[in-house]
Amino acid sequence: MAGNNCMCQQAGVLIFPCSGGSDVGELSDRAARKMAKCGQAKMFCLAGIGANIPGIIESAKAANKLIAIDGCPVACSKKILEQARFTPVAFNLKDMGFIKGKTRVDDDSIEQVLSKITGGKIEEADCNTSGGCCGS
Amino acid sequence: MKIEVLGMGCPKCKQLIVNAEGAVKELNIQAEISKVTDIDKITEYGVMMTPALAVDGVVVSVGKVLSKNEIKKIISK
Repeated sequence: MAGNNCMCQQAGVLIFPCSGGSDVGELSDRAARKMAKCGQAKMFCLAGIGANIPGIIESAKAANKLIAIDGCPVACSKKILEQARFTPVAFNLKDMGFIKGKTRVDDDSIEQVLSKITGGKIEEADCNTSGGCCGS
Repeated sequence: MKIEVLGMGCPKCKQLIVNAEGAVKELNIQAEISKVTDIDKITEYGVMMTPALAVDGVVVSVGKVLSKNEIKKIISK
């Protein structure tokens, strides 16, 4: 029954982009989704943290690390997590040279963000980082 | 009191059920312990990792096999 659908793997790294309405908000979201796709982090719901949903708060508590990616200096993601008493590792696209309203969202800019966050380009070979526990 | 153990049925989930049953027994309280194995229901709670424990519909723990004593503390509140 545990089988392939078991959800008892380690929580690992959860990533919370601000996913704001601007170009830099979109860039934060797309960079986070690429990290998630490559298995370097799990995308998680910032809205659920803000809404104080117990299951989401407790899931975040179980994570090894929380990463906030904000598009602009308002830093909504970082602040929402801090209000929920988390201490995320926070990145702000402004600090990477991306200016709100003047940022193109494309593969290059996504790659630049990922490079800053991960310290290097994400390789597909690195995509499988989750570990299982069933039967152990 | 309604205690739900959320998980797909792996050994950790089963251990959490045993611990919850032990906690209820030692406290000598009336509680309904149920297993939630439906992944849709688990994710409706916002739970991303299992096993998880919910008391009266509120998730109180995720990704941990709480000990009997830890569960006793939670449900005694």
